[in-house]
Amino acid sequence: MSDSTADEIRAAQAARREAKRAAESTQRPESESDKVSMTGVSMDMDVYDSRKGSRFANHDLSIAAGPAGEDDDDLDDEGNAKTVRLLDSFTAPKHLLNEFADEDAEDPFAASAKSRQIASRQSEYHARRFDRDSGVQVDAFAADDADKGVQGETNTYADQMRRAELEREELRVKRAIEKQREEGVGADGQELKQIEAPDETPRGRRWDDDEPERPSAIKDVDMSDGTRPRGGEWDDANTQGKEAAAAAAAVAAPKKKRSRWDETPVGTASGGAAPGETPKRSRWDQTPVGGVAATPRAGAVLPYGMTPVAGLGGEGVGGAGVVVDPRNRYLSDEELNAMLPMEGYEIVEPPAGYAPIRTPSRKLQETPMAANGGGFTMQDDAASASMLGLTQELPTEIEGVGDLQFFKQEDAQYFAKILGDQDESALSIEELKERKIMRLLLKIKNGTPPMRKTALRQITDKAREFGAGPLFDKILPLLMERTLEDQERHLLVKVIDRVLYKLDDLVRPYVHKILVVIEPLLIDEDYYARVEGREIISNLSKAAGLAHMISTMRPDIDHADEYVRNTTARAFSVVASALGIPSLLPFLKAVCRSKKSWQARHTGIKIIQQIAIMMGCAVLPHLKNLVEAVAHGLEDDQQKVRTMTALCIAALAEAAAPYGIESFDSVLKPLWTGIRKHRGKGLAAFLKAIGFIIPLMDPEYANYYTKEVMVILIREFQSPDEEMKKIVLKVVKQCAGTDGVQPSYVKKEILPEFFKNFLVRRMALDRRNYRQVVETTVELAQKAGVAEIVGRVVNDLKDESEPYRKMIMEIITKVVAGLGAADIDERLEVQLIDGIIYSFQEQSVEDQVMLDGFGTVVNALGIRVKPYLTQIVSTILWRLNNKSAKVRQQAADLTSKLAVVIKQCEEDSLLSKLGVVLFEQLGEEYPDTLGSIIAAIAAIANVVGMTQMSPPVKDLLPRMTPILRNRHEKVQEASINLIGRIADRGAEFVSAREWMRICFELLDLLKAHKKAIRRAAVNSFGYIAKAIGPQDVLSVLLTNLRVQERQSRVCSTVAIAIVAETCGPFTCIPAILNEYRTPELNVRNGCLKAMSFLFEYIGEMGKDYIHSVVTCLEDALTDRDQVHRQTAGTIVKHLALGTAGLGNEDAHLHLMNLIWPNVYETSPHVIGSMLDAIEAMRIALGPGIVLNYVLQGLWHPARRVREVSFSQIYSSLYMGAQDALVPYYPTIPDVSDDRNDYEGRSQLLMMWI
Amino acid sequence: MSDLRHTANTQIAQLHARYTGTGHADMTKYEWFTHQHRDTYASIVGHPTLLNYMSIADGEATGRMKFELAERMLQPCGPPPPKDDE
Repeated sequence: MSDSTADEIRAAQAARREAKRAAESTQRPESESDKVSMTGVSMDMDVYDSRKGSRFANHDLSIAAGPAGEDDDDLDDEGNAKTVRLLDSFTAPKHLLNEFADEDAEDPFAASAKSRQIASRQSEYHARRFDRDSGVQVDAFAADDADKGVQGETNTYADQMRRAELEREELRVKRAIEKQREEGVGADGQELKQIEAPDETPRGRRWDDDEPERPSAIKDVDMSDGTRPRGGEWDDANTQGKEAAAAAAAVAAPKKKRSRWDETPVGTASGGAAPGETPKRSRWDQTPVGGVAATPRAGAVLPYGMTPVAGLGGEGVGGAGVVVDPRNRYLSDEELNAMLPMEGYEIVEPPAGYAPIRTPSRKLQETPMAANGGGFTMQDDAASASMLGLTQELPTEIEGVGDLQFFKQEDAQYFAKILGDQDESALSIEELKERKIMRLLLKIKNGTPPMRKTALRQITDKAREFGAGPLFDKILPLLMERTLEDQERHLLVKVIDRVLYKLDDLVRPYVHKILVVIEPLLIDEDYYARVEGREIISNLSKAAGLAHMISTMRPDIDHADEYVRNTTARAFSVVASALGIPSLLPFLKAVCRSKKSWQARHTGIKIIQQIAIMMGCAVLPHLKNLVEAVAHGLEDDQQKVRTMTALCIAALAEAAAPYGIESFDSVLKPLWTGIRKHRGKGLAAFLKAIGFIIPLMDPEYANYYTKEVMVILIREFQSPDEEMKKIVLKVVKQCAGTDGVQPSYVKKEILPEFFKNFLVRRMALDRRNYRQVVETTVELAQKAGVAEIVGRVVNDLKDESEPYRKMIMEIITKVVAGLGAADIDERLEVQLIDGIIYSFQEQSVEDQVMLDGFGTVVNALGIRVKPYLTQIVSTILWRLNNKSAKVRQQAADLTSKLAVVIKQCEEDSLLSKLGVVLFEQLGEEYPDTLGSIIAAIAAIANVVGMTQMSPPVKDLLPRMTPILRNRHEKVQEASINLIGRIADRGAEFVSAREWMRICFELLDLLKAHKKAIRRAAVNSFGYIAKAIGPQDVLSVLLTNLRVQERQSRVCSTVAIAIVAETCGPFTCIPAILNEYRTPELNVRNGCLKAMSFLFEYIGEMGKDYIHSVVTCLEDALTDRDQVHRQTAGTIVKHLALGTAGLGNEDAHLHLMNLIWPNVYETSPHVIGSMLDAIEAMRIALGPGIVLNYVLQGLWHPARRVREVSFSQIYSSLYMGAQDALVPYYPTIPDVSDDRNDYEGRSQLLMMWI
Repeated sequence: MSDLRHTANTQIAQLHARYTGTGHADMTKYEWFTHQHRDTYASIVGHPTLLNYMSIADGEATGRMKFELAERMLQPCGPPPPKDDE
């Protein structure tokens, strides 16, 4: 593509953006004047608004898409679109401007915002939840509404069952129609009559209608019913069939009215099957009002000044809950009039054979480009967004609710009633209640955390007052909203949870409705969503009771839709875990034996499978019953039932492992005969079941059955089916892992076929296969031995496929790591080393697997690698000088892994050679590589020792000093380890001045984020101080107490304590005490902290210093600063614990007297440290003395004093030394023999306290 | 600040609450007396030498002494005082 074309495109884009910005900035003042019908019409401005004529800059304008020259003010000087293009093509900076325009236009978070929406992430299967109707239960309930309360559940079990039956029949008929249509006969409805002829139900009437009319009739049935819950609309379009069946059965005389949303988008053409109907205009105008009138959503739009037909009108048309892109919704007549010239067009009849799209899945897949007339147009999200922004202003503050965090467009339809300013005094109690609920929900869903919290509490407290009906009528539709996000869903689910708890059995009429909304959570991909779903259903079943749950969910068990059955099975398993398996067992048994439909059996068995998966070993007590309930399913007529039964048994066996084999006795035979009868998916399931049962068996049986099944397995080794492969591998692994299987059998029967079929290049390509093959091979190696397995694969290390080599390497690594290399003979050893070196050298991507493999094998071989070391080391040396930093890094890493073995083989010269080369590499600029190099040097230094180290330590260390400044964590950690090691072992090789230099550098490392680095740095101070004496190091550290950063200071104090520990406390304590005199808070606290660590480290050595520090502690414990006292408390604790029983009670008592007044502190840190110190005093002084202190305040008049300290001290004392307290209890003699002598004793106690 | 109050201290308080005889802010003197007496009796019973000492002083068999001390643990300070006493 030439530059000029690119420029043209850029120019066009620029022009478009300009125009758009201009359109945004001016509120289009003239649009109302010259375009009458534009008012309130929201159509796709981007396409049809001619004022942005520049959009069509590159189009042929001869067919006037809009009157030319009608530009915005901003474009005036540029005339019409053509001039724009000419101008733009010459100005280079324009496209630079575009960059900024781009940044303005595109919301960088748009993509993530979309992914936050649950519906947009989910698969088509998950989306089937929108197809479910929320239950006739509620319809019936709503009909008799209000005061009936719980009895409102007129929707009896029989009704539900009838409804389910109707739905199934409906589906059957539908399928039959589809089938006929495919055969090309059913188009005119004549044949259709024949299908439904046998049905005498009211449904028949519907089929008599003309094809295009049918959906509309259905629609009207729904609406005229009038009891439809608001949220029920999401499935209007999708499940009309089901709805209609139910509704047609219930309602006698449906009006004939056209359904707007079932027609094809082209409004002009959709006049419809019945020509000469009412004028279109009126029909289109009704869309939002007439069609959705029963729902508050239609009204939602109007009050706060949105354009009435536009925007939300489209929402209404699209079927509720469906996210309708404004460009994708159907155009109204008004819009069409606005965008098409009045003359020259006529409205034509639809063709004779026209039928609107009915199937929901196809409807959903309509392309979003439907509105733009077919030609290619660049997607311009920003444009449509800005258009939306102009036509609708979403409030962030709502009266009676307050400031919300956000308010989405979709929220408007649900919360319409509270958006307008309406006089609420005129409303009835019920309406007020409804609004109150809406406000609370809005606060919870969209509010700030504090708002949310209070609203949640309110709605919980008032739950019974509001009643189940009004609450769930509001909550559940919100949960079915397609644009729902995780956070919103979480909050709404939380509301349900809380409300459920309060409502208890009032919730019964809504069980089905709640289930419809909550069940999808059980198959959500998000773990927490699943947990939430489980919790809700569990609470629901506890509130509603088992009988009600069963009768509610029973109809769904043999529902026609697999999705419904799946979710229902999962929900049932939750019910089982909530109410106990035994209570549900009779029902499950009955369902699993259902004669009526295989779907019921399938679902029943699936329930048991889910129970096993969810409850794990908790199924053990009921295992026999559960297995028996499903056992007959293995010989069911239906393939699907058999497969599910096998999977169920697999799940049960997995849950029961390693117990419960006796429960599976009854299924063993059918399973084993089954594997001979089945093929494909069924066989896979059966094999899976066997794979899980075999490990439960006794060794001899396991051996027998393994041999039986192995024939089939080996046959299936060749299966091309991926799923089968995985299962076969898994079963082989499970069989091989059992005790009874003999090594000879594995070697003779399994291995040849296994290696032939699975250790092939193709298996290494898929990640899951790869893992499975590795695991299975390692398991087989446990039986067959290292030599057998490694011998078979070793030549594949030189295979030409790299992923395959990697897989082989991983197998060898794991096998050798697990079983050692003793079995490997000399020949194999040669092959192995050769293969490993080859594959290591040949890797194109540096891989951890190769590195680990090399290290593991060489370490396992130990001294046996000596002959190969020269070769290996030369490989390393070669790769250390490679161009790629990754290769160098890997070579260095390998060096650290091999250092020990090289030393074992006494190849010191090789080590020193490596050391020198690595030393030369210290100029490395890639930090990851540099870190590895330093680590390698450290590894070498470790094994050869500081004296033999080459390069000599005195050269190495100065080279490290500047590297310490490197900010990279890996480098820091590696170098501090090396330096610490040198300071520990070879400090004498380096001058004291160099060490001091390093000390200063180390101070910086005290700020490191990684704890390991800080710890290593602190320890290094200790080593250095030992090497060069504490004075200088100490002064460095004490000076460092003055710095700002807390972490640095804290680490310094630790370092001081370590220095004191290594060099003797007498070298440090005077300095610390001296430093304490500094009139600076941080320094003094630092000194105290250092002493605290110091006394902790030196333990009983503290007895020599206790008197030296007492004065300092006196000062600290009487300081005004809380932190002083707190730290001093810690010092006293460590001191007392260290010197307990060493004859320093005088000092202890003195300190105790200083500590004691602090028990009145309230700050948790201070009081905590004081309580600790007193606890330590219990050890040092004995419990009796402390008890005397405590008794003074055990009944202190201030409760807070008793609560915060005295009762706690007493309790700790009592728990720590209960028996020892007895002699110290105040002596209270029996004042009389009268047993009721409490008064007298109380008086006596007063002498003591 | 408050996190410590809610973690460390509550844990300690819970630990204390798990045992009999530990103190709490609303412990009455009667409760404490009762525990103190029971502890004393238990301690005597638990230390054989103390028990011997007591039984020699009382001229009773140690078994009898043990039994009597155990008996005395029942309301050692008499029945609890009436509530309005406090």
